[in-house]
Amino acid sequence: MNSMGRRRSQITAASAAGLLILVGACSTDTDGGSDGENTAAAIDCSQFEQYGDLEGKTISVYTSIVDPEAEEQRASYAPFEECTGAEIEYEGSREFEAQLPVRLTAGNPPDIAYIPQPGFLKSLVEDFPDVVVPAGESVVSNANEFYTPEWVDYGTVDGKLYATPLGANVKSFVWYSPSAFADAGYEVPTTWDELMDLSQQIADDGAIPWCAGIESGEATGWPATDWVEDVVLRTAGPEVYDQWVNHEIPFNDPQIVAALGTVGDILKNDTFVNGGLGGVTSIATAPWNESANGIPDGTCWLHRAANFYQANWDESLEVAEDGDVYAFYLPGKTADDKPLLGGGEFVTAFSDRPEVEAFHAYLSSPEWANAKASVTGQGWFSANSGLDASLLQSPIDQLSYELLTDPSYTFRFDGSDQMPGAVGAGTFWTEMTAWVASDKSDEDVLAAIEASWPSS
Amino acid sequence: MTAAIPSTTLVDSGASTAKARTGRLGRMDQRAGMARARLARPWTSLLAIVLAVLWTIPTFGLLLTSFRPRQEIRTSGWWTFLQNPATTLDNYTEVLFGSGTQFSTFFVNSVVITIPAVVIPISLALLAAYAFAWIDFKGRNILFVAVFALQVVPIQVTLIPLLTQYVQWGLAGSFWTIWLSHSIFALPLAIFLLHNFMKDIPPSLVEAARVDGAGHVTIFFRVLLPLLTPAIASFAIFQFLWVWNDLLVALTFAGGSPDVAPLTVRVAELAGTRGAQWHVLSAGAFIAMIVPLIVFLLLQRFFVRGLLAGSVKG
Repeated sequence: MNSMGRRRSQITAASAAGLLILVGACSTDTDGGSDGENTAAAIDCSQFEQYGDLEGKTISVYTSIVDPEAEEQRASYAPFEECTGAEIEYEGSREFEAQLPVRLTAGNPPDIAYIPQPGFLKSLVEDFPDVVVPAGESVVSNANEFYTPEWVDYGTVDGKLYATPLGANVKSFVWYSPSAFADAGYEVPTTWDELMDLSQQIADDGAIPWCAGIESGEATGWPATDWVEDVVLRTAGPEVYDQWVNHEIPFNDPQIVAALGTVGDILKNDTFVNGGLGGVTSIATAPWNESANGIPDGTCWLHRAANFYQANWDESLEVAEDGDVYAFYLPGKTADDKPLLGGGEFVTAFSDRPEVEAFHAYLSSPEWANAKASVTGQGWFSANSGLDASLLQSPIDQLSYELLTDPSYTFRFDGSDQMPGAVGAGTFWTEMTAWVASDKSDEDVLAAIEASWPSS
Repeated sequence: MTAAIPSTTLVDSGASTAKARTGRLGRMDQRAGMARARLARPWTSLLAIVLAVLWTIPTFGLLLTSFRPRQEIRTSGWWTFLQNPATTLDNYTEVLFGSGTQFSTFFVNSVVITIPAVVIPISLALLAAYAFAWIDFKGRNILFVAVFALQVVPIQVTLIPLLTQYVQWGLAGSFWTIWLSHSIFALPLAIFLLHNFMKDIPPSLVEAARVDGAGHVTIFFRVLLPLLTPAIASFAIFQFLWVWNDLLVALTFAGGSPDVAPLTVRVAELAGTRGAQWHVLSAGAFIAMIVPLIVFLLLQRFFVRGLLAGSVKG
C-alpha cells in the first residue's frame, strides 16, 4: 500500500509539472504576436486605397512554402496588412499537395492557395469545379497588364483565368566556379557543342566534369526530368516540346528518344559523371540539394540546376559572376538558339469574398512583387513586368529575371509540371530514376512513360 | 542455446535464492526472479549488451551530428568526429529561434494536444471497461467484440469523413478536432486492455465489497482504481508517445497553422521548402525527443508490468 501511495504522488507531480509548463507557455504566447509589426516601417498607403478598408477581415493563405522562405512571404504582406487593416493567416506545409485536395473534399478550403504546378491547378479545377473560384475583374486586369500571355495561359483552364503567377524560376542554368574556371583557363560555353567540348577538355585534364543528383525523397527523379525537358527544347525545338508536353505526339516520339540520348551522352557517360560522388548509378542516390558541393570542393566542375539552387550553397560561398560559384545559361544548339526552361507557382482563390479578391489582386500587382523582392535575400523573382530588377538582391536572380524578360529567349514552362500528375509527378520521375539506377534503355524508359499516360 | 552453457556458481546461487523465496512472492516477482537469473548468464548478458549498443549507435550518431557544423556534416560522417572535433550550437539556435513562430509555441501546442488526448480516452475507457467486466447486461459480449473489432479500421480511411464532420460542426482548425480524433482512435485498444486487466482482479474482491454494501461507484473508485494504476500508467505512456509523435492526425485536422500545430509539424517543415536546411533536422529531432524520453524514463516500470498484465489474457 505504501508503494502505491508513492506512485500516485509521482503521477500527481508529473501532471502538476505539465500544468506549470502550460501556464508558463501561455504567458510567452502573448508577447510573441508583436514581432511581425516592426518590419513594416514608413509605407506609402496611397496605392492601397483601391482595396478599400478591410479592417477586421482575415484571409487565410495555404502554401507549400515553409520557413525560412515563408518568413519572407509574410514580410511581403506587411504593407497590405498595414494599409488595409486586413490580417493574413499564413500556413505553409511541405505536405501541401497531398493536404489541399483533402481539405477541399472535406469542405475546409483556405481562401487562397499557391499552386506550384499548372497541371495541379488543372486537375483541381476539374475535380472541384465549385470550389475553385475564377479570378475577379481586378485580378484579371492585373494579370493582363503585368504578365505575358504565356504566363496568363498557365493559370487559365478552359478559357477562364483561375490563377495568377506568383514567383518564377529559371532552370536552364549550369552552376560552375568562376574562380576555378579562370585558374584553369576554361571559357563559359555559348553553344551545346562548346559545352560538350568543354566537358571533354575537363575530362582530358584528368577531372570529372559533371556532378548530378536526383534523390529528393518521394519526388526522387525530378531533377532528371528537367534535364530531359531542357534538352528536348534544344534538340527538337519549342514547337515539338509543346506537342510533347500536351501529348499531341507520343511521349516516346523518335525526337524525344534522340533528346534522351543526348542527355545520356552526359549523364550516362562514365568519364563525365559523377564527380566526387561515384559512378553513373550514384546520380540516383545523391541528394539533389547536396550534389553540387563538388564544385567548391574541387571534385567536379559543372552542375545543371535552377536559380533557386543558390539556397543550398554553403553560406560562406560568394555567389557572383566573379565569385566562388555562379551559373551560366545552358547553351542551345547555336548561340542564337536560346530556349529557356523555367517554372513558378500560381495564386488561386477558393472564396469570392471581396477581401480575398483584394489580396489576390495585390499579389498579382507590381507593388507586391517589389515588396517581396526587397525582403528576399535570394532564390526568388517574378515574371511580373512591373518588377524593379534592381530590388533583387542576388545576382543570379537578377540574371534570371534578365533572361526571362529578354525577348531573344524562348521561355517554356517546366513540362513535367504541366503533364497529368500520374506522369509528371509519377512515372516520369520513377522511370528516369530507373534510367540512371538500373541502366534502363532510352527506348524502354520512354515507352513505359508513354504507356502510363492516362487515356482521356 | 543457453542450455549448452555450463552453469556457473553464480547462476546456481541466483536460481536457488529465487526458488527459496517463491513461497512469499507473487507470480510476477517469481517471473522477474527467473528472468534475473537467466540474464545473469554471461553470454546472455553479452548478447543483451551488444544489442543495446547496436540499437543505440544510430541515436548516438544523431546526437553527435546535431552538434556538428553544416560543412562537417556534409563532408564527413559523425564517426570521424574525434579526428576533427568541431562542435557548434548553431543547429539548436536555428531550430529554437530560426522560425517566424516561436519554437515554444509549438511545444506548448504539443502539450495542450497531448494531455487531453491521453486523459479523455483513459477516463472513458475505464468506465467502459468496468461496465464490460463487472456489470452483467444483455449483449455484453457481442458489444465488447464489436468495440474491439473497431481496431481493425485503419486511421487513414477515416480522415476525410471525420474532417468533413468537423467542418460541419464548425470545429475545424481547433484543438477539439485533434483531441476527439485521438480519443476515437485510442478507445478500442484502451477498452480492451483495461477490460482484460479488470477481469484479472479476483471476483471475490469485488463481491466482498458488494456484500459490504458498496455500489458501482464505490467499487470503481475504492477497490478497482488503486489496483489499476500500473495498467493506466502503461496505457498512458502508450497513448502519450503515440500522440506526441503523431504528425498525420495533427496535419490533417489542425493543419499547420501556428495556433494549433504541434512540434511534429514544425520538425517536418524544418528542412525548408526545398530541403536546403537539412542540417538542422538532427537538432530538431533531439529537441522533440526530450519530453517522451523523460516521460518514458519516469514511468517505465509501470510500462513493462502493465503491458504484460493486460494483454496476455483474453
